[in-house]
Amino acid sequence: MIDDVYKVKVENIFEGPMDLLIHLIKKNEVDIYDIPVALITDQYLEYLEWIQAMNLDLAGDFLLMASTLAHIKSRMLLPFHGEENEEEDPRMELARPLLEYMKMKSAAEELAGRYILGEHIFTRKTGEPDFNPKSRDTFVQIGLFELVEAFKRLLDNASAAHQVNFTDDQISVKDRIAEIVEILEKRGSITFWELFFTKNDRSMIVITFLAILEMVKSAIVRVVQNTQTGSIRLFHI
Amino acid sequence: MTDNLKNIIESLIFVSETPLTLDRIQKSVPHADIHDIRSAIETLIQEHESRKGGFFLKEVAGGYQFRTRPKYHEWIKNMIQPNPVRLSKAALETLAIIAYKQPIIRNDIEHIRGVDCGGIIRTLMERKLVRILGRKEIPGRPLIYATTKYFLEFFDLKDLKDLPTPKEIDAMENLSETIVEENEASPESITEE
Repeated sequence: MIDDVYKVKVENIFEGPMDLLIHLIKKNEVDIYDIPVALITDQYLEYLEWIQAMNLDLAGDFLLMASTLAHIKSRMLLPFHGEENEEEDPRMELARPLLEYMKMKSAAEELAGRYILGEHIFTRKTGEPDFNPKSRDTFVQIGLFELVEAFKRLLDNASAAHQVNFTDDQISVKDRIAEIVEILEKRGSITFWELFFTKNDRSMIVITFLAILEMVKSAIVRVVQNTQTGSIRLFHI
Repeated sequence: MTDNLKNIIESLIFVSETPLTLDRIQKSVPHADIHDIRSAIETLIQEHESRKGGFFLKEVAGGYQFRTRPKYHEWIKNMIQPNPVRLSKAALETLAIIAYKQPIIRNDIEHIRGVDCGGIIRTLMERKLVRILGRKEIPGRPLIYATTKYFLEFFDLKDLKDLPTPKEIDAMENLSETIVEENEASPESITEE
């Protein structure tokens, strides 16, 4: 009885169905390109019963894999129709992602085996702050309203040409984000005004502003305001 | 002059809190030729290497940084007691997938691991190892993930090309090949013995 309880705990080390499958394949020492589907499916379902008894929520992911296994097993039983080499071995459906996952697992082990900053290697100062605290300027986090206010001021100042150019090639918000990210990667930060400096026709202002909002939402940038000068600055996260 | 330049660069790298890029060195020493800077750095690396001191100069995350030698980490940890930096197995797997497959969306990460990765990705982002690159223009506009510069610093990597090649799978693929060519003597196995 005590043994049983212990065993269930051990099953929980399988984080997902892929983990469990790899364990079964290694345990049975079978070739990943020639998986004995019937055997693996049986063992898989056996483990599944344990897991289900323990944690129903977890079993959801595992059930999907069980149905995939059953599906492949049933397709293995079907006779081939037509040209034989047209039909791919249904087990490749299993082998390919498994190989991919194993590759990534080994990559993860490689990473774990490296000298790690803060563990094996130290630099003069680890864990640097998000932006330079030594500068005399102090910054405050700002929200949407400050941004919109700044945007309104921008539009007020923008050239009031009422022409609409239909042929103009418009840059998309996505492209603008890419541009801004590029600048930020190079410089680390940029002021709000600088972004609007060169491209100050109305549509460009709107696109740039949308790009900034999108970047804030996606947590690509941190927007802060200098308490002294009131200038808004974007920092790359 | 060359000695002077070498010392200037050394001082710059010493002061910099993040790996100092060639670009920033060049900007700080505008009169110097980029080739001279490069060779000065090379000399510095050599000097620190031959000194065999407690730290050395290393190219990491696209820049240059003084780093302590791994063998002294125990003593350093006696002094500064850093926050534990270890990543869980699941986090490492997710990070490896992002590192090798970037740019990548969450769905593709989860497809490889077969489990939900949302929480892990968030943790990796909080640790500043992973960042959002943008959104993919497909239905649902999912976020695109990539590794950060800090990721390179964290794992002591020069750049993404410096990532180690996953080994196990190569071995396995070779294994299935050797089964086919079983009769041929493998030169590798001879030299290894």
